[in-house]
Amino acid sequence: MSMNRRDFLKTAAAGSGILLASTVTPANASMPKELPPEAVGILYDATLCIGCKSCMVNCKTYNNVPGGALYLPGRATSYEVKPGEPYWDSATDLSSKTVNVIKVNKSGTAVNKDNNENGYSFIKQHCLHCITPACVSVCPVGALRKNPVTGVVYYEESRCIGCRYCMIGCPFNIPRYEYERAIPQVRKCQLCQHRYEEGKYSACCEFCPTGASIFGKVVDLRKEAAKRLTLKPGDVYDFPVQTVGSKEKSRRPVSKYINHVYGMKEAGGTQYLLLAGVPFDWLGFNKNISEAYLPDLTWAYIAKIPAVIAGVILVGTATWAITKNRNKDKEE
Amino acid sequence: MTQKDIKLFTPTTVVLLVIMAAGGLAALYRVFFGLGASTHLSNIWPWGLWISFDVLGGVALAAGGFVIAGTVYLLNWKKYKPIVRPAILNAFFGYALAATSITLDIGVPWRIWHPVVMWQVNSIMFIVAIHVVLYTTTLATESSPLIFEKLNMPRALHFVEKIMVGIVLFGVLLSTLHQSSLGAVFLIAPTKVSPLWYSSRLPYMFLVSAVMLALSMVSFETILSSRVFKHEPPRDILLGLARGSLVVTGFYLVLKLWDLITGPGIGYALNGSLVSNMYLLEMILGIILPFVLLLMNNVRTRLNGIFFVNVLVIIGTVLNRLNVGIVSMAEYNGRMGYDYFPSWMEFLVTMAMIAFAILGFKISVKYLNVLKLEH
Repeated sequence: MSMNRRDFLKTAAAGSGILLASTVTPANASMPKELPPEAVGILYDATLCIGCKSCMVNCKTYNNVPGGALYLPGRATSYEVKPGEPYWDSATDLSSKTVNVIKVNKSGTAVNKDNNENGYSFIKQHCLHCITPACVSVCPVGALRKNPVTGVVYYEESRCIGCRYCMIGCPFNIPRYEYERAIPQVRKCQLCQHRYEEGKYSACCEFCPTGASIFGKVVDLRKEAAKRLTLKPGDVYDFPVQTVGSKEKSRRPVSKYINHVYGMKEAGGTQYLLLAGVPFDWLGFNKNISEAYLPDLTWAYIAKIPAVIAGVILVGTATWAITKNRNKDKEE
Repeated sequence: MTQKDIKLFTPTTVVLLVIMAAGGLAALYRVFFGLGASTHLSNIWPWGLWISFDVLGGVALAAGGFVIAGTVYLLNWKKYKPIVRPAILNAFFGYALAATSITLDIGVPWRIWHPVVMWQVNSIMFIVAIHVVLYTTTLATESSPLIFEKLNMPRALHFVEKIMVGIVLFGVLLSTLHQSSLGAVFLIAPTKVSPLWYSSRLPYMFLVSAVMLALSMVSFETILSSRVFKHEPPRDILLGLARGSLVVTGFYLVLKLWDLITGPGIGYALNGSLVSNMYLLEMILGIILPFVLLLMNNVRTRLNGIFFVNVLVIIGTVLNRLNVGIVSMAEYNGRMGYDYFPSWMEFLVTMAMIAFAILGFKISVKYLNVLKLEH
């Protein structure tokens, strides 16, 4: 080894300079944790849902246009059945062709609506548009992004490399991948962002006949959800239809709710809120979802990187300087 | 044995070539027909064998490069200098395995360069990608003297040797971050990863187990190549590596037990489920048994004993990566109604990668001065 201390320090300094430049991050690099004031979302009330699946059909129709979450040039629909088969589309789960699904959970004789004993309940599953989305934080190329105004978590296909870390990161198992295609994309609900830009709103809410899904600003949806929990079963209430501030109301008696607005605290809060008459874990929702912000878990590691860089360089250099004469006697 | 005596076209070579050809065809099939046609991955199991074995395992198996280079150039422990070259070359093949497999595993392989220009600093995957690029470059620089010697380029050789300490320090830094960041990848999924493996210490566990594996892998390789290429095994070096193994294995065992006790508790590991049994297998085969064997003087000082321990540690640590990447999510994903077992094409591609590494190492030994054999 013929390297003097100056050469060594120069090399080490150059190396660490490159690395520091590439890993030191701006202070605001960690994820936003506040709900944007104008953020929009959906409130789904399972007690109002009649399982007609109008939202599923119209989700597919209105997302198969340029800008839509299911759009693929040259494909008219994304129905799961093959063309020519005499069946209506019957998606039973989220898939690369279905980003919104109505499921039913039953028990026993399944006669009582919104009851988990000898009853059943519908549930509508799609992206919850987290306030601090794990999928956005884990994406290495920023293909999943959160709109800073509307809070919509959307997808930029042209950036995506297909590593599928978003699917590992999502605590709700929402993103789906087009495994069947040679050039695949991630598919997930984008809250009909393309329609919102045209002054419209999510198709699933526009075509919901009962007001089970309503669109609106998240602050208003939270108020509406909280209000419904204060109502007594059997009271008559004017449920807004389509949007939270809609003039069109559906007047009907209130069912019994469990005292939980799903999406208020889960994973740090989401822009899709749910109400139901049965516990959410019975509806297939993971009951262990943390109320902490998931991206904090990985940020805790990333934030230490500059210290590790400094530490390894310091300790490495010091070790080299101290030990470099160790074997001199033996070698010479 | 001299380099000239190494025969390239042996029956083993033919078998390796056949595996590589078959794996190459499977890889082409995956490129043209997609992941759905070639793998058993699904929406609930987005990651499988290629991520867990080739990437997590391949990078861990490559840890010998930075551990031995650091020992020789930063700790100035010149006794280990004879094994620097094979260790770095092995690391290079480990990274080649990981990089090739991740390229096949991502959905759109020709966009593999995107992370380098589309920075997203919140993402561990971004950190991982940058490290793969930088460290593969560093490994190429570290092994470039092999090529410069062969091509008889004394000035280039002299230059690289002059900056070697700096390069090695850079490599140690990158590896520390890269090995740990592969564990950090899973921090985002606390509800999916079994508590037997999930903890905030996961990055640290990956780093320590990589160092443990490094010592065994380098020792394994040294003994194996002394048998294959029929030269005297460097006993002094191997005994030193075994002493190092004893220390690191003991430290890792304490860490693992601490993690278990402060995490789900010992009872959880003994509940008899498949996942818990896989955890026990990893613990007993890869950590407890090697540690106990290394404690025995007549194992630690005999090459056969050391070789056996090396095999245990290698199997155990690779099993750990498979457990974290696949088995740890089996309970959660099972509740969602999905199972995963790799398809034959996934196995074939992985086997082809291993065959490539073995054959590549052999060819390097024949044509480059890796083991300092006589010409």
